[in-house]
Amino acid sequence: MDFSAGIFLQVLMDGVVLGFMYALIALGYTMVYGVLEFINFAHSEIFVIGAFVGAEILLGLESSGALATLHPAFVILVLLFAGMAVSGLAAMGLERVAYRPLRGAPRLVPLISAIGASFFLQDFVRLVESLWRNTFYLTYPTLDILEKNLSLGMGVEVPLKSFLVIATALAMLLGLYLFVNKTKLGTAIRAVAQDPDAAALMGIPVDRIISLTFFVGGAMGGAAGVLFGLHYSLINPYSGFGPGLKAFTAAVLGGIGNIPGAVLGGLVLGLMEALAASYLGILTDGAFGAEYKDVFAFAVLILILIFRPKGLLGEKVREEGA
Amino acid sequence: MLKVEELHVYYDAIHALKGLSFTVAQGEMVTLLGANGAGKSTTLKTISALLKPRSGRIELEGQSLEGLEPHEIVRLGVAHVPEGRRIFPRLSVIENLRTGAYSRRGSTIGNDLDRVFTLFPRLKERMRQSAGTLSGGEQQMLAIGRGLMARPRLLLLDEPSMGLAPILVEQIFATIQEINREGVTILLVEQNAAMALAICHRGYVLETGAIILEGKADELTGNDLVRQAYLGG
Repeated sequence: MDFSAGIFLQVLMDGVVLGFMYALIALGYTMVYGVLEFINFAHSEIFVIGAFVGAEILLGLESSGALATLHPAFVILVLLFAGMAVSGLAAMGLERVAYRPLRGAPRLVPLISAIGASFFLQDFVRLVESLWRNTFYLTYPTLDILEKNLSLGMGVEVPLKSFLVIATALAMLLGLYLFVNKTKLGTAIRAVAQDPDAAALMGIPVDRIISLTFFVGGAMGGAAGVLFGLHYSLINPYSGFGPGLKAFTAAVLGGIGNIPGAVLGGLVLGLMEALAASYLGILTDGAFGAEYKDVFAFAVLILILIFRPKGLLGEKVREEGA
Repeated sequence: MLKVEELHVYYDAIHALKGLSFTVAQGEMVTLLGANGAGKSTTLKTISALLKPRSGRIELEGQSLEGLEPHEIVRLGVAHVPEGRRIFPRLSVIENLRTGAYSRRGSTIGNDLDRVFTLFPRLKERMRQSAGTLSGGEQQMLAIGRGLMARPRLLLLDEPSMGLAPILVEQIFATIQEINREGVTILLVEQNAAMALAICHRGYVLETGAIILEGKADELTGNDLVRQAYLGG
């Protein structure tokens, strides 16, 4: 039995990195649910689009030789902004084409449309990459500095890329918090989420605010895609399925529609997954190995939802006019 | 100021407004009376474009409102304080008021906040509280205050007395009168016909989607039908 503090710290680090990744993706699910009360199941593809935009820029820079001369921090910023912009616009376009015409239809209809859009986007990315590169499995070129290890003491070495994920996620969450809570547009998003008709009567252009919500949620997903690529290197058009499902779970766990809840849900899920992957085998004397990490994480999810059906920070998303 | 002509509105197969026509002049305070389901709220919702009419015309100062979205109608100077208050419960009082001024920009918004706080001092005390924690009367004050933040020239009020204690109703109605005296034209929908007729200049009586009676407030107050149906004999 090995419960050394060093390994425990390492596991926590992995869990936090995974958790922030889930949190960034979960924001897209939860914000869209907030304004439309519907799950955008194509959001995992918005995330993948961000990852591919990052990969294409990095590969382009590498083949032109510019990658060696540019400052890595600059390169990372460019990747993040490009990933956010393209994913944000893709999410906006998705809403316009696949969801807005179905506004007012029974709730199952846009859901089916979302699943269709998800398949379409997966194969669209696959088609484009196949034509362009003859393969749709891409590997992020290595940025040497990100692979450097930082020692945390007790023999724990953590690569810089883990800190990049955490720092970027924290900065984006802070930015999102300020945007949603302190700006006029952010207040409009919250108003539309609470009562769209009343918001319209206040002069808020509801459709434009919904577009904006998709853009912001998509941009968060795009940034997560770039971070995913930088951290785990290998991507393909179907890479969004796992993280997307986990992030959706995280959003439900935290209380769907609730922004802080999405962050909390992501972190809880990421930590549970990492802890299960490392300790399930030890604790059960080998009966359940690391491959049961998802079973464990989802079992905890089910337990939490039995006792708190609206999630950890959940509340009623839309009040009736009363 | 407002002219509604031959308005027909349907909820799916239900014919809710059957050729409604009425007018509200600049500076006037007019009330729409009628029982539940007569079409009063439907009329207001159609004016502010939450509902689309099947046919008919709505004109604001000679301009047709056809095809406009709700937020565009607010920009033309029409504020609608909806039935049931519909404040944003998880926004603070001050945030609620600011959403009312959404379509405006510039520095005069602060003056209007002051004006709302003068009309409703309670709101100032509770500025940072989330609106859902207010009492019913305070929520109604907030709903009206939020409507005023749009600087409307025409204010549509839907059942401002609903669910309020009589003393609060008097207070709210006194404030509505004050707002009208400041030059805001008012179209008031009320179940409390006695109160509405006491402060309004004119009134229309609706029954199942059509106007059956119209006149000056004191004429309606004296009308036998109105007395029996809406003023409790």
